[in-house]
Parts: sequence; C-alpha cells; structure tokens
Amino acid sequence: MKPMFSYKKVSKSYDELEVLKEVDLDIEQGEKVALIGPSGSGKTTFARLLMTLEEPTSGVIEVDGEPLWHEKKNGTLVKASEKHLRSMRGNIGMVFQHFHLFKHMTVLQNVMEAPVTVLGFSKDKAMELSKSMLDKVGLADKLEEYPANLSGGQKQRVAIARALVMKPKIMIFDEPTSALDPELVGEVLEVIKEIAKEGDMAMLLITHEMDFARDIADRVVFFDEGKIVEQGSPEKIFNQPETPRLQAFLDRFNSR
Amino acid sequence: MSTLDLIYALLKGLEVTLVLTVLSMILGFVLAFVAGLGRLSKYKIVRTISAIYVEVIRGTSLLVQLFWIYFALPILGIRLPAMAAGILALGLNSGAYGSEIVRSSILSVPEGQNEAGIALNMTRFQRMWRIIMPQAFVMMLPGFGNLQIELLKGTALVSLITLADLTYQANVLNASTLETTKIFGILLIMYYLIAWPMTKGIRWLENRLTVGRY
Repeated sequence: MKPMFSYKKVSKSYDELEVLKEVDLDIEQGEKVALIGPSGSGKTTFARLLMTLEEPTSGVIEVDGEPLWHEKKNGTLVKASEKHLRSMRGNIGMVFQHFHLFKHMTVLQNVMEAPVTVLGFSKDKAMELSKSMLDKVGLADKLEEYPANLSGGQKQRVAIARALVMKPKIMIFDEPTSALDPELVGEVLEVIKEIAKEGDMAMLLITHEMDFARDIADRVVFFDEGKIVEQGSPEKIFNQPETPRLQAFLDRFNSR
Repeated sequence: MSTLDLIYALLKGLEVTLVLTVLSMILGFVLAFVAGLGRLSKYKIVRTISAIYVEVIRGTSLLVQLFWIYFALPILGIRLPAMAAGILALGLNSGAYGSEIVRSSILSVPEGQNEAGIALNMTRFQRMWRIIMPQAFVMMLPGFGNLQIELLKGTALVSLITLADLTYQANVLNASTLETTKIFGILLIMYYLIAWPMTKGIRWLENRLTVGRY
C-alpha cells in the first residue's frame, strides 16, 4: 500500500545550521507515530514542514502521492504556489505547544471560525459541528468563555477541537502538554487518547511523555541531531533500544 | 466685553475647528491603514512608496506643509480652498503618524496567531482580517486616541492660512478688545473641553473591546 504521507530526503537549514539532514519517513493512513528525541533534534521542524509553516531546503514531502511543497509543471517539479499549498493543507491539522487560540473570540467562535470561513459551512451547521467537538473534549459548558478565562488544559482541549473540526487526514501534536502545569497534563492526554482510538486519522505526536507515547503510538521514531536514529514499535524502542544514543536518551529520561 | 460675550464671539470659530478635526481625522485614519498595511506589503514598491510618504511627512514641519499646500501649490497651478488645504495637511500628517501605530500593532500580534490560521487553511486575507486585525485594532486605540488629540490641537495652525477657527476668532477678538488673558484663557479651556470627550470615548471603546478577553 502506498503511504499517505511520505518524506523523501528532506533537509532543512537555517543559514549555516542544518536542522534536518535528508530525512525519510512514511506514515500510513491512520497510523499513530510518536516522535521522541532531545530538544533541538529537529522533531518540531520536521512537523512544521508538513504543516507548511516552514519550507524544506531540499527533498520532497508527498501527501497521498502528491508533492506538498512542489507542483508538477511540464514534467518538472517547481515550487508550489499558494493555491497549491491551500489545496493540500486541508489534509493536515496541527495542535501547538502554546495553543494559539484566537484571543478575541469565544471558545465556540474559535472552533467555528474555519468551518465557516474556510469550508464555507453555514453558521448553523458549523455551530452544531463545533458544539459536538467541544462536547467530545469535555468543554460543552465553556462555549461562551474567552480563552483568557480558561486553564491551560482547557485551552489545549479547545485547540484540539478547533483542529479536529476540520477533519484532517493527519493531526500533528507539537508537544501538546509541555506548556501545561503538571496537574493539567492528564486531561489533555486523555482527550488525545480518545481521539487516537477513533481510528482513521493519522497522528504525528511530538512528546516527552514516554508512557503516553508507548500507550498510543503504533510506531516510535527517535530523532537526534537532525536525523532519524532508530524507529520501531513502542516495545522495541523502549525495551530493546539498539543504538547507544537512544539508550542514553532513555536512561536520562528514566533517571529523572 | 463680558466673559459671556467673549465666549459667544469665540464660538463662531467652533464649527470650523470641529469640521476640520473630524474630516482630517477620517482622512488620517484611512491613510494610516493604507500606509501602515503598505509598509507590511509583500511588494517592495508598495513598501517603498509607503515608507517615503511616512518619512517625508514626519520629517517636515506641519506648519510648513500647510503653507506649502496653501501658498506654494497654487504657483504650480493647483489651487485648494483653505478648508481643503487644512484638511489635507492635517490628514496627511495624522495618517503618517497613524501608519506607524497600525504597523507596530499588527507586528505585535504574536506569530502563533498567524500560524494557527495557516494550520486551519485560512487564506492570507482571512488571516489578516479575521485574526490579526481585530487583535491589532485593540492595541491601536490608545495610540490613535493620542493622535486625535494632537490633531485637534494641530487645527489651531490653520488660522494662519485664513481659516476662521477658534484660534483665529481669538486673535481677532484680542486685536479689538485687548482682553488677552481672558480670551486665551477661555480658548485653552475650550480646546480642553473638546479633547476631554475624545479621551473618554477612546477609553470606553477600549474597555468594550477588551472586557473579559485579555
């Protein structure tokens, strides 16, 4: 089967600094992939390339066989136009470490915004859909609140509902609990777990919560210094790490 | 002349001052947005033109601009009525300073807001007008409030191009009655009384737009 998402020799540099070095990775439809690795190893950049927030320096990313950052013109690949990016982006959703809720909108408005402006849904339809999403993340009673009045965990759950309502084929979670107070981490992980169970949406999950990664991931990918050093099932990665670097990384984690 | 008579005589200039203030405010507001957004345009030519406008206007004296538009332009064949010249000079000025408020407010909306918009597949236009601008606008208000009051006080200069505003009437009255202290005292208070509701109005708007949200 052809993979739904495919990175092919993807590199990313900022001036002299090479953040990603010819990375290859395939993600199947509905597959849950956890990215682990030290800070600065390139995980977040890797995900931001897929969300089209950063442009790869070289290499190709394909979504369902079609290049994301490139367009075919007269048989050659050229840099994608904004129009092409817009047509591809609908497949991809993202939940940010710092939520990035729209501060001037209520919880309900935050979730309704894209269905109305991007998908062109009627207000009624968008509202119904948004309410059911917010119900799913346990915030049915906060519809009219502004983000400023929510806890971090609630904010992140709104952000999840906001991304989910667009029904992407893959959802990127960029350290979704790293900005939260410890006692609020659980409620967010719980919601993500529920969503993961539902099935055919793929997930790219960047996390430092190893137990969580073990729980929901089909595959764990270990990044270090801009490369994928090791990957495999959670059992293999966490119980029988092969490379010394992964070993050292896990040891550091366990000793904390 | 009694104080009341003086006030009554001065009030003849009130209408000119108010009309000037309101119309140049509107012109300034429009120019502020055009030039402020222009400086953030992805097209270099638009950025350059906006920057030249802002720098030239900010770098030269309002009074000289006023004289230039009213006395020098006619030599080049463009003759504007005094009122139009006044509105143009004040509006251009207010727009130049206002554009910096617009630009800096837009830039101070965190990049994450824009990225969240991209992640939801919103267009550049939708991100600007649905996400960035509503948040930037709230931040513009205090700056715009100051600017409008500056503008009101700047209107006093138009008395020098023959417009019969409050200050002009005060000068006329002073020449005929020589009650200098009283006349200019009353004039100060009048400007203050016009500025006061403007300050309050902006504050009210700011509160309305932020309550419960920030």
